[in-house]
Amino acid sequence: MNESLFINIIIGISIASVPLMFAAIGELLVERSGVLNLGVEGMMIVGALLGFVVMSHTQNPYLAVLAAMAGGMAIASIFAFLTQFLLTNQVATGLALTLFGLGFAAFAGRGYTEETIQLITAVPIPYLSDIPYLGPLLFSFNPLVYLAFFMVYLVWWFLFRTKQGLILRAIGDNHDAAHAIGHNVVRYRVMAILFGGAMAGIGGAFLSLVQVPIWGEGMTAGRGWIALGLVVFASWQPFRIIFGAILFGGITILQIHAQGLNINVSAQYLSMLPYLATIVILVSLRMRLKNKTNRTVPNCLGRIFHSTT
Amino acid sequence: MIKLIPRVENSTVMVLLSPLLALTLTALSAYLIFVFVLVDIPVSSVFFTLFVEPLIDSYYFSELLVKAAPLMIIGLGLSIGFRAGIWNIGAEGQYVMGGIAGSAVGLYFYNVEALWLLPLMTIAGILGGMFYAGIAAFLRIKYQVNEILVTLMLTYVAVLFLSAMLQGPLRNPSGFNFPESRIFHDSAMLPIIWEGTRLHIGLIVAIILSFVAWFGIKKHMFGMQIKISGSAPRAAKFAGFDDNKTVWYSLLISGGLAGLAGLFEAAGPAGQLTPGLPQFYGFTAIIVAFLARLHPVGVLFSALLIALSYVGGENVQIEYNLPSSITQIFQGMLLFYFLACDILIKYKVVSFKTKN
Repeated sequence: MNESLFINIIIGISIASVPLMFAAIGELLVERSGVLNLGVEGMMIVGALLGFVVMSHTQNPYLAVLAAMAGGMAIASIFAFLTQFLLTNQVATGLALTLFGLGFAAFAGRGYTEETIQLITAVPIPYLSDIPYLGPLLFSFNPLVYLAFFMVYLVWWFLFRTKQGLILRAIGDNHDAAHAIGHNVVRYRVMAILFGGAMAGIGGAFLSLVQVPIWGEGMTAGRGWIALGLVVFASWQPFRIIFGAILFGGITILQIHAQGLNINVSAQYLSMLPYLATIVILVSLRMRLKNKTNRTVPNCLGRIFHSTT
Repeated sequence: MIKLIPRVENSTVMVLLSPLLALTLTALSAYLIFVFVLVDIPVSSVFFTLFVEPLIDSYYFSELLVKAAPLMIIGLGLSIGFRAGIWNIGAEGQYVMGGIAGSAVGLYFYNVEALWLLPLMTIAGILGGMFYAGIAAFLRIKYQVNEILVTLMLTYVAVLFLSAMLQGPLRNPSGFNFPESRIFHDSAMLPIIWEGTRLHIGLIVAIILSFVAWFGIKKHMFGMQIKISGSAPRAAKFAGFDDNKTVWYSLLISGGLAGLAGLFEAAGPAGQLTPGLPQFYGFTAIIVAFLARLHPVGVLFSALLIALSYVGGENVQIEYNLPSSITQIFQGMLLFYFLACDILIKYKVVSFKTKN
């Protein structure tokens, strides 16, 4: 295989998998705290829009990414308020968040559909990227790609190496017990939901700032839902998110390249691949775990917490 | 300080008041958004076009009913499944599959004029939706795979499948390569019940079905089973209810009804199979079901309310060149407020002074 084609494919896969990685690692932390937020798609699209809008006005990538995070958090805060303080059903609230986010982004972004922006491009690390083979393979990515990997590490470190992480997991597994020994269940959960919103926001912004230089209604195309599938696939273990995301990125790239190679299957069937793969992977995961219950599922996932004291 | 105290019994006053409160808050928020976003258009006239015009103009009113019918039918199925705690989120996919399956039958007999054609298409539509939801039921029972994700992923697949069908086997052979099917034969079209409009028999079917479902849930053992499976899964187990049966029935009923709605849309207002078949009805019906508090007859009313926002949204789009996504914002907000206001039913809001 041609070396540069190989590197192009690797870069292609990284670009396709990073939005999923961001959104999924955020949702993983949320679900570890015992909250099921089905609004990932809505938070992503709002992030994609805000990142794009700020980029087109300021041409400043840092501000754009920060705006996307803020946008994701802002819309996540609606979810946090409703589910944590008004004790609403998490499934219904998450769905409402997705519908609202898609509608809001389409409405607010209607003046931007014709515009294009300067993409955030890869920044080869000086010297290191000059190393033959390893350089282009490891040190020539978009800065946000490194950030995605770092966030996965950070979430793992937080969950399994800090006291607060332990408390958060305890809350996710038994909120009544955690409350009884004096931990503030609602505060931890609100923080987790906001973090999830920020991550989904960056994930969405990656689509409109790195993948394509345009904004379009519904451009997330179900990636938020795939990210939710990834969390299950990863059995709520942070590092497995990376494998899952790369797998999906690979399938997406395969589909794009197959279309370019004129393989005799109509484009629609190839485009089904990422969605069908999600289902196949969830099934195969269960086949592997046969007769064993999945011990990593947070016990209180999706349950409403209300303290009377 | 404000605190929530659980009520001993649900407040009956609040059961009636909370939807009104939610509606008022939604209207207020929509008003505020419009004031901010629309600088040069008078907000009151947008409001009039959005919420009043569809009710007083007979053509718009008939369109409102046309859009309410699929929402009623799908929302009804979902309300049954949601009661059992089975989250079929991909009704949109089952709707599309039902539309494809039923239309395929109609197109196969495209030159046949017969009374049995429409019933046959209807059955095919229902079976198409049932089959599609059945995949999720099978995977959940056999492999414990979450039905939310499966039904959703299959929705994306269904929309792509529709597009593949319309560029392949179901394309109109004399249609200049447009991705559309032939126009259905008259006997493959739903009877119109309001002369001069597109209002078809689907509305009557929806109303009948909702009362059948209401009666079924009240009088039949299955109604009891889904209710208990949803609200007290452990109790359901002790009572010896078959969990798998609940999953199968919930998904097959909601899938079949979504498929029926899909066929009605193709054989009704559209009159052919087009890429425009998916219109978000499957997702919107989730809101419809929740607004009705999962009550089969309540679905009729909430579907009318949501259909109002659909028609109003389209009118605003045409008259003021605003995006129809206003409809989605409105619907999302309505569901937010509705869920939030429901807390008043189960909890008492008490304010008390904190000691300083």
